[in-house]
Amino acid sequence: MTPLALAPVHVATPGGYLLVLALTLPVIGVLAILAFAPRRARQVALASMAAGLAVAIAILAELLRTGDALTYVVGGWQPPLGIALRADGLSAALIAMTALVISATGLFARGMQDLSPETRDGRAATTFWALLLATWSALNTVFLGEDLFNLYVALELLTFAAVPLVCLDGRAETMAAALRYLMFALLGSLLYLLGVGLIYGAFGTLDIRILSGLGDGGPALSVALALMIAGLLAKAALFPLHLWLPPAHAGAPAAASAVLSALVIKAPVFLILRLVLDVAPPEAAAFAGQLLAVLGASSILFCSVMALRQARLKLMIAYSTVAQIGYLFIVFPLASGPEGTPPWETIAWTGGTLQLVSHALAKAAMFLAAGVVAEAFGHDRIAGLGGFGRALPLSAAAFGLAGLSLMGIPPSGGFIAKCLLLTAAVINGHPWLAATILAGGLLAGGYVFRVINTALASPATPLAVQRPIPRRLEMTALALAVAAVLLGFIPLEPFGLLQIGRSGLATAVAP
Amino acid sequence: MSSAISDTATLFGLCGAALAGIGLFVVIAHPGLLRRLVGFNILGAGIFMVFGAVARRGAAAGLPGDPVPQAMVITGIVVAFSASALAVALLRRLFDLTGRESLEPPAAGETPRAES
Repeated sequence: MTPLALAPVHVATPGGYLLVLALTLPVIGVLAILAFAPRRARQVALASMAAGLAVAIAILAELLRTGDALTYVVGGWQPPLGIALRADGLSAALIAMTALVISATGLFARGMQDLSPETRDGRAATTFWALLLATWSALNTVFLGEDLFNLYVALELLTFAAVPLVCLDGRAETMAAALRYLMFALLGSLLYLLGVGLIYGAFGTLDIRILSGLGDGGPALSVALALMIAGLLAKAALFPLHLWLPPAHAGAPAAASAVLSALVIKAPVFLILRLVLDVAPPEAAAFAGQLLAVLGASSILFCSVMALRQARLKLMIAYSTVAQIGYLFIVFPLASGPEGTPPWETIAWTGGTLQLVSHALAKAAMFLAAGVVAEAFGHDRIAGLGGFGRALPLSAAAFGLAGLSLMGIPPSGGFIAKCLLLTAAVINGHPWLAATILAGGLLAGGYVFRVINTALASPATPLAVQRPIPRRLEMTALALAVAAVLLGFIPLEPFGLLQIGRSGLATAVAP
Repeated sequence: MSSAISDTATLFGLCGAALAGIGLFVVIAHPGLLRRLVGFNILGAGIFMVFGAVARRGAAAGLPGDPVPQAMVITGIVVAFSASALAVALLRRLFDLTGRESLEPPAAGETPRAES
């Protein structure tokens, strides 16, 4: 068969144990919740979150200190037989983002559960904590995995944790939404698995780093990658395959929606990024990039218009998620850049990553704010919320600040991201993509202003709050929104961070 | 590798491909969720057979088969089992609540309810 690499491809680094902690701490939390449920579930979950956040910060600090990727070779077995975990700059940034959003969501969920003390230790609450931690562990596994089959298992774990989050409240509509999500996700995983089998059959290895050095892989690799990317697109809810996302994300409880929309769909997007940039041979990568950009652009335009037409706040935010995900796919042709420049040194790469992170923070803030609004007034029909800004000023502010980032108005992380993407589109001569980015920004402005306009309206009869909302609950959403805006003020630091650990890879750029 | 082994493995792989095709057809063409679930299992079985063929073809000298794909199949079966269990649990709950076992849109007139 094909030659297997003899020299070790992965060299374990001293900080590698941190990666293992990032995977295992949330799992230990889940087990402890099962053991101590229902009394201690909250304490265990919040303690796990504090520990997980510390680990994420430690990974980031270690990466910045050493200036090189962290690697852990599981059991000391080198690939192709063993599997490796590896955190480069991008993975570390995503792990930090995940830890931040999960912790904020956890605080929010605690506040939300305190509103109804009778169900605080109930089954739904306990299940939520276990699923939240399971989602976290699966996300970290996706971001750290180097082995394609290991990534398959991580994706499935993510699905099994995310699908029940959709139907936590047990109503018939959310059950149907969860089942539709599961059907799309299962089809996606099986296509991915078939691709994994074909790659193993052709090359005898599944390690991304070894595969990236193989050069031209022939038709087997192209077919396998096409299957895997198609499967991942179903999970990432890009335009023609997005039908499952709006009902699923809008029907879930607010805290779960925030995690699903901000984080869970980023995992398949991240894998597509790795497959296209690291594994695919240059010509195939260029072709796939064009195709993905077309789908991404359609996603931006179609789903932004759909978001404008929604009558319910949470459905509008869910459609906005599909539109914003589209920006991540137009990065591919832009990142191929000038001759000889690896993708991760282009401004489009930085812009895409910044878009990913700022969308996560902004979208989590929006869903939490919408959850507060729905909790306070008992419904989330936009037409019936006139003047909610007076009753819940902090939530309206959080929504507005998060909206700034989605629209791409300075100063915000979303502005820097879209500005970089736009510049890359103009420099590389993609006028249609540039026009799409601008149109997407305008449409986002349309749907955000529709809500802000409602919030600031002064109806004849002021809106009455059905139940008092503690200030702390609103602060969580506001903190996330402010973080999304603040991303716009640290533009230079991530450039270097995102390149850490990339240079060792064989480039996927056309010679 | 000898041609005999290669032929058996090819036959095995083709059977896997046929099963995967049947499974995919069932998943896409049938609205009933229980049938789709069976379709997913057929599709999964086909994919596992492809893995089996890969293991046979990749066998090192002296070994009857490459153990790595076999280990993957075992993991895959566990994952597929969990997926089926989760889907059946959700489906039973949906059936208890609505009496439907498909995702066809509910009858017109059902207004969207607010979240709480």
